[in-house]
Amino acid sequence: MIKALINELPVEVSEGTSILDAARQVQVKIPTLCKHRDLLPTAACGLCIVRNKGGNRLIRACCTPLETGMEITTHDRDIVDVRRSTLELILSNHPHECLTCGRNGECELQTLAADFNITLEKIKRFVKDVPPDTSTNSIVIDFTKCIKCGRCIQVCQDIQNVWALSFLDRGINTRMAPAGDITLAESPCVKCGQCSAHCPTGAIVEKDETATVWGSLRNPEKFCVVQIAPSVRVTVGEAFGLPPGTNLTRKLYTALRRLGFEAVFDTNFSADVTIVEEASEFVERFTKRRSALPLITSCCPSWTDFMEKNHYDFIDNFSTAKSPQQMMGVLAKTYYAQKLGIDPARMVMVSIMPCTAKKYELSRAEEMRASGYPDVDVALTTRELARMLKQSGIDFLNLPDGEADSILGAYSGAGTIFGATGGVMEAAVRTAYAYATGRHLETIELEAVRGLKGVKEGSIQLDGQTVRLAVAHGLANVEAVLERVREARRAGRETPYHFIEVMACPGGCIGGGGQPYGVDDARRRLRMAGLYQDDRDRAVRFSHENPEVVRLYAEFLGKPLAGRAHQLLHTRYTARPLYKR
Amino acid sequence: MKPLTFDELEAFAAARPAELDWIRVQLDTGGIAAGAQDILDDLVRLRDEAGLTIPIQSVGSVGYSFADPVVEIQCSGMPHVTYGRVDRHVAEGIIREHATSGRLIDDHVIATRNRRCVLEGPVTHILVRDTGSDAGNKTEFLQFSLLEELKRKGLGERVQVVRAMDLGLYDEGLAVQLLPAAVTYSNVLAPDVARIVDESVVGGRLIDDLLVRDPDRQVRIVLRNCGRIDPECIDDYLRHARGYQALARVLRELKPEDVVAELKVSGLRGRGGAGFPTWLKWQITAAQPSDERIVICNGDEGDPGAFMDRSVLESDPHSVLEGMMIAAYAMGASRGYFYIRAEYPKAVARVERAIAQAREAGLLGTNILGSSFAFEAKIRLGAGAFVCGEETALIASIEGRRGSPSPRPPYPSVKGLWGKPTAINNVETLANVPAILLNGGAWYARHGTEQSRGTKVFAVTGKVKNAQLVEVPMGTSLREIIYGICGGVLDDRQIKAVQTGGPSGGVIPEKHLDTPVSYETLQQLGSIMGSGGMLAMDETDSMVDVAKFYLRFCVDESCGKCAPCRIGGYQMLQILDRISRGRGAPDDLATLRRICLAMQRASLCGLGQTAPNPVLSTLRYFEEEYRAYIEGGPAFARKMSRSATSPTAAPVREPATAAS
Repeated sequence: MIKALINELPVEVSEGTSILDAARQVQVKIPTLCKHRDLLPTAACGLCIVRNKGGNRLIRACCTPLETGMEITTHDRDIVDVRRSTLELILSNHPHECLTCGRNGECELQTLAADFNITLEKIKRFVKDVPPDTSTNSIVIDFTKCIKCGRCIQVCQDIQNVWALSFLDRGINTRMAPAGDITLAESPCVKCGQCSAHCPTGAIVEKDETATVWGSLRNPEKFCVVQIAPSVRVTVGEAFGLPPGTNLTRKLYTALRRLGFEAVFDTNFSADVTIVEEASEFVERFTKRRSALPLITSCCPSWTDFMEKNHYDFIDNFSTAKSPQQMMGVLAKTYYAQKLGIDPARMVMVSIMPCTAKKYELSRAEEMRASGYPDVDVALTTRELARMLKQSGIDFLNLPDGEADSILGAYSGAGTIFGATGGVMEAAVRTAYAYATGRHLETIELEAVRGLKGVKEGSIQLDGQTVRLAVAHGLANVEAVLERVREARRAGRETPYHFIEVMACPGGCIGGGGQPYGVDDARRRLRMAGLYQDDRDRAVRFSHENPEVVRLYAEFLGKPLAGRAHQLLHTRYTARPLYKR
Repeated sequence: MKPLTFDELEAFAAARPAELDWIRVQLDTGGIAAGAQDILDDLVRLRDEAGLTIPIQSVGSVGYSFADPVVEIQCSGMPHVTYGRVDRHVAEGIIREHATSGRLIDDHVIATRNRRCVLEGPVTHILVRDTGSDAGNKTEFLQFSLLEELKRKGLGERVQVVRAMDLGLYDEGLAVQLLPAAVTYSNVLAPDVARIVDESVVGGRLIDDLLVRDPDRQVRIVLRNCGRIDPECIDDYLRHARGYQALARVLRELKPEDVVAELKVSGLRGRGGAGFPTWLKWQITAAQPSDERIVICNGDEGDPGAFMDRSVLESDPHSVLEGMMIAAYAMGASRGYFYIRAEYPKAVARVERAIAQAREAGLLGTNILGSSFAFEAKIRLGAGAFVCGEETALIASIEGRRGSPSPRPPYPSVKGLWGKPTAINNVETLANVPAILLNGGAWYARHGTEQSRGTKVFAVTGKVKNAQLVEVPMGTSLREIIYGICGGVLDDRQIKAVQTGGPSGGVIPEKHLDTPVSYETLQQLGSIMGSGGMLAMDETDSMVDVAKFYLRFCVDESCGKCAPCRIGGYQMLQILDRISRGRGAPDDLATLRRICLAMQRASLCGLGQTAPNPVLSTLRYFEEEYRAYIEGGPAFARKMSRSATSPTAAPVREPATAAS
């Protein structure tokens, strides 16, 4: 243990703890713009400087481990002056467009400038005019607002292993940009949006489509329907000051109805449908076509994009089941439209997603128009929804509870845990076990695949056979899992896993790139806990036992994997190699 | 060449080469740029035409940059002479006059600094030069008088009087050097001419009141072999420079900790600029538990005007390699990297050759000299970023990553290249090492000052008469370097300041020129030792322009990683630019100081922390000049830029009064 003094307060921390983290333990906040709790320090911003033992040299608190005997001063006149000058320098290289910025009110730089009471511009402003990158329909990069903290690059390279973003040039011309100075769309970007979730300013934001949705809602010709993703219910409250993990499902139903949506569906329902299809796929492969194992989940669009670009040798292993967002879309524009006698051409399907890649998924492949129309018209992130709610004048937190629309609204506990890493696996295993054995699993809560460990492994017994499971989240963790499978293949051994779940974002969708700002592991845990609580609160905890799902198959789809289900609910993948492996 | 053994190495050292005739052409980058390669070709052709057999060698540079191309010649029966500014006519002269008829060539001889106080043997040549101001030069008068006097004594045929290009004496009136004894007289007046001929030439006696007794101010440890051996030939190094003897001694007699102890006694500190004790760096690296350790030679010299490391790598690569191997032995490293900037192709080629030769001689690889020591060396090229001279950025660059510094700790000596403990030493530091191990740490420690031991190489440029490499003991004053060694200021102008430490350093005004040079004293004056660039500025130079020049360099070279350096440097440059155009605002100086402070305190690496130094030190010593720009407006700025470009314009001595 390290014992030291911070602002004369004794602290005791484990070895290797940075001064920045140690200071938090004694309620001392050292300002920083570049250090993020998810990431290693880049030491870029220069704001976290502190002094040791009154020495003349200032050290960076973010990357200097506390040592026994240190006497750290975090705030004295000199330090604060230097910090202020540095902050003024950063502001002098930043457009002052706060009022019209996507991060207005939620920007770390703006907050610091306010905290430091910087009211006069003493250093002449210099901002190079660079056009934004709007090449993808998910993410917008405004290079002028970038403060070069390096968070996005670290997330993109180290956490996600995508390597779309990098620093180019040097000195005052240093730019964060897609590597090789191409557009984001041409880059290896998988649109996961983790860069936007970690950006301290408005340099990387989701493509805002609230205006489109407002337009549709106000257009009497349109019939607007909406779906909310599993994780959104436990995160949207954060935008209104509630603690992470607060379940606001029923308030969301009411709110969306008040916004003007004609029908409110729940993506949890289509998650149940996805599980019915995917579990059927698994049972079919596990019992009949062992060669097509492991089965790999495909409901994360960033992951499918990443696979098509980098791991296309696994195309045959991918579940062909569409993601819940797309299933909901196609079912609304076919089954629901038929039932209510609505022209699907008039119907506008809006999805509320934790994710920027979901915007990309809308046009990912031809199958995303299986209804004959775009199955989903607009995908909004949680952040955009929060913005719309605030614009609408709805007192969100005090709304009465509401209900989702019937036939595409009821959900099981298995559907709701889709939003957490390991959730899809857990849900699928519950149903697959039942399909294969006709019985329920004894313990339906698969603790082995829960939690924030990068790669989780587990197994279940299925009629005397062991089913080996692996769950990876954060794309950098995928490589190791797939490499084990490849190795076994090369050696002609049996596959080490039968079923693999991958979610691109750390923590799964609850840590998605479109979620409210400020994500870190503590928040991820709380958000996950909210979903698992929702699961426990459900009367039905198996996707295939969701009565509305049963009705859907009986009335409309027929059998899983076949006929109409196959036509509407499944997709294909194409290799889009970016690099030679 | 088969692998060398200890005994063979010893035999090399013992063998005393016979004094042979030779001509050496100094072929380093500077020499080649001045046409040394053509001179070499000319000399070979002329020699063959003349039917002579004298060998012509190419060697590195002795450091006389002001005199490139430089040719040294030793001919039996003739004094050993160095010729500077050799052109085709001089080359012709060297073969047809010097080598054939024993006559030296006027206006090109650089006298030896190894002056002696004993007259033995007959005087054959007398070098003459007026060492005073350039105006009203009396060199020819002195030559004429001496010749007339000699003729009167009937010695006109036996003794040649030659106008020297440089006697190594400055501002000491008329001076003569009697060759071959190298006895030097200064402050010679007209009546002394007869005395010199009578007493010294005829009588063989010294004239005490004229005799220059000062020993050479320079002490050549790092540059000991530069210009003396062929850098492309390991044989030369082995036979004529006690090559690899230090390594042999280390492998045979010393344990690694003994080597560190010897370095500790020597007091050698890192010559890259920061002055960290070399022994300590090695000891820390050696103490890290690891299966592998790495030593890196930092040859990414990038300061404007600095060329010490280039010259050493080009002129004596084996010494650096030997130093690296000794370092590796001391800390248990098995791999070494030379990180050399790609803009130094000649240095790269010569180090590459040295490595290949050493490998062939069994000095690299396993079981070196029959011991259990194994070592491999490689070259990595720097891609043109100044910041890659910073340790962590250098490591990133070798690893193939973007060359930006990373936070320390972990220090490279704990976790460096590929995560292994790594010691990064400057070229000059390593070049010192073999000499220390051969002569002992105590010998080395005798040079220099208490805190800063040994010698330091400086590349003196700017407004000095003789821009060159100098190696002086620590503690030598700036004035001695500028006036005593480099001949003073160009056109005999008033010196204004000396800039040391390159873009990380500062200016030292005239009033502080007598400060002895050491890590500590320079820092107290607001500059740094740095890697050894030294730039003299005269009264016509605008200090605002100087600050702007260095700052612009740092702004261009900032990696852009951390905000204080990236934005601070740029904003300061904008302000300086405004001021230098006469458009500065009264509060600009306060803003400048504030940004300087933020950069110094909050930048991540040395580049950012020191980049404000040129601005701060010019502000410290020449604030009135900044104020003059601000108060004088564009008219004053125009006047200053005229006086800087045209040497005939009236210099602005007192900017404050000019403004008021």
